Amino acid sequence: MNRLKKLFSETRQTGDKLLSTFITAGYPERDSMPGLVSALSEAGADFIEVGIPFSDPIADGPTIQSASYRALTNGMSLSLALDQVTQIRKTCDIPLLLMGYFNPMHHFGLKELVARAEDAGIDGFIIPDLLPDDFKRYQEAFGDAEIGVNFLVSPNTRRDRIPQIDAMTDAFIYCVSVTGVTGARHGVPAGILAFLDELDAKVSHPRMVGFGISEPADAATIANHCDGVIVGSAIIKALEQDEAAGQDYTITRKLVSDLKQALRGVTNGHR
Amino acid sequence: MSQKDALLLPDEYGYFGAYGGKYLPEVLVASVEELQTAYAQAQSDSQFQNEMTSLLREYSGRPTALTKAGRLSEHLGGATIYLKREDLNHTGAHKINNAVGQILLARRMGKKRIIAETGAGQHGVATATVAARFGLQCVVYMGEEDIRRQALNVFRMQLLGTEVVPVTSGSRTLKDAINEAIRDWVTNVQDTFYLIGSVVGPHPYPMLVRDFQSVIGHETRAQFMERESRLPDHVVACVGGGSNAMGMFYPFLRDSSVRMVGVEAAGQGLDSGLHAASLSRGSHGVLHGAFSYLLQDDDGQIQEAHSVSAGLDYPGVGPEHSHLKDTGRVEYQSVSDDEALEAMSLLSRLEGIIPALESAHAVAHVMKMADQTSLDQTIVICLSGRGDKDIDAIRDRLIPDHRKDASKQNRDSH
Repeated sequence: MNRLKKLFSETRQTGDKLLSTFITAGYPERDSMPGLVSALSEAGADFIEVGIPFSDPIADGPTIQSASYRALTNGMSLSLALDQVTQIRKTCDIPLLLMGYFNPMHHFGLKELVARAEDAGIDGFIIPDLLPDDFKRYQEAFGDAEIGVNFLVSPNTRRDRIPQIDAMTDAFIYCVSVTGVTGARHGVPAGILAFLDELDAKVSHPRMVGFGISEPADAATIANHCDGVIVGSAIIKALEQDEAAGQDYTITRKLVSDLKQALRGVTNGHR
Repeated sequence: MSQKDALLLPDEYGYFGAYGGKYLPEVLVASVEELQTAYAQAQSDSQFQNEMTSLLREYSGRPTALTKAGRLSEHLGGATIYLKREDLNHTGAHKINNAVGQILLARRMGKKRIIAETGAGQHGVATATVAARFGLQCVVYMGEEDIRRQALNVFRMQLLGTEVVPVTSGSRTLKDAINEAIRDWVTNVQDTFYLIGSVVGPHPYPMLVRDFQSVIGHETRAQFMERESRLPDHVVACVGGGSNAMGMFYPFLRDSSVRMVGVEAAGQGLDSGLHAASLSRGSHGVLHGAFSYLLQDDDGQIQEAHSVSAGLDYPGVGPEHSHLKDTGRVEYQSVSDDEALEAMSLLSRLEGIIPALESAHAVAHVMKMADQTSLDQTIVICLSGRGDKDIDAIRDRLIPDHRKDASKQNRDSH
């Protein structure tokens, strides 16, 4: 059982709500990842999604687009990100996911990627432009690896597709909170809580909710109806602010610690 | 695989052989499935088909002519050349065929807002045109770089009541305009219809754009049969995303005697790295929703394409073309910027037809074919659009000595 699945099996006992944070590999600097991962981990992140930058990020809003662009300019690549993960694993055991668009992964060679990611200490993949039906063509590359792909659902997902997504996902289901691109928003999207409750009855895997979550109070409200939240653009924005202020992740750490604090306050006896 | 099977593609998952599919964010799945259902119903709805046929006839001016290019044929000294005159369509290119089909689907699906991407502006103008005709709100995404290069088309769209949104991300060209259109679509998926301009994107777009454009090939086949009582020996079309070529080729796929050539943009040369030849020099990957050939670097990042023709300046290609390349049914070649410019000039002088730079690529390849063909053979070129839009962009390149000569003459006369 990989680190992530182990984490979920523990929290499903305790009822703790999880905080996942997204970062872009190679942002703000080419070699930021190891230091940033330990800062986020210390501040309260339970697992981290490492974004692999891509030239054409169709599901991302301006914040992650520009982080992605800068990371590419910094010379980041999938291969270099895996090297940095190997380095991180010498000192840090937080679950790490690779999140990225399909083309760089396909071009790398999926079989080789799965092998190298597993060696490096990656605990799974999120590929926002790879759907379960198309994934079947590539499933063989994952063989009997300990790590797989975590699929997404959104509020407009046809309900009869949900069992297939639940069956094929690896450790959890990534619930997109809004129809839209990534990007920090305010407030809890209308209808999302009812959708999460509906999912609760339909799926066996843990549900993590992402897209648009930036504020601790919203995170807590949403987490009350699922297993935890994913925060991406708000983290990248905090990193921008830290950089502008010449600080060493001070604002970012505070955001993560405030988010985690809010999640600790959620006591709903879920499961 | 038999020719019959080749015509039944794509399969239920949207694959033409190994190519195509739906590489999309989950949020868009419902939307493409809704489109699939609406299209399947429209295909068997005679009212839809009649309305489409009538619009193409009475609004766009179809059927377009099949013109014998006598002086060009004589000049080249090989096969007899015919031009399928898509330049004679309303708005000046084949793009309107697809725009008419998709706007009828959008209306059928009750969508109130149309979005589109455009490179050279031809698809943007076609979309703005049909949106005006049907009274639907229209937003067109266009790279800032292309807006600069194609100012006339930007104004045409605005005159038609469309909002043109400049795209400032990435290379600021067609690829980035598509990214931005997809982001809009993801965000406004409930009420918005994405009117894609070529045989690219996720299933069912490559199939339905092909079907809407296949009016080109059906007409050509019938017109040619009527005039010559046989089929042409060669059919040639330019390929960027590949919609005019797919529309021309599709009705001929079963005719094994017809040799087909798709012509890509070699830009400044295939070895220069500055080209748009995804099929000739690309490799497998996923861009804008489909698995196909594309231009990418060693890390799988999409590379910028280069062509003097804005309509061919795209680093990917429609998945069905990738399939037709691999099966060998269609041969793909490429011609350079300079060769296309020369062809544009030649066709203008010999036939009185100024072709779009895109279409000039097909003409340029036919110029090369002359010495491999005999006098009794025939070639049909898909003349996908007219060249007016390119005049500003090429004036200095095509007639580089024009100003110099003029000023020299002035000096001499003093």
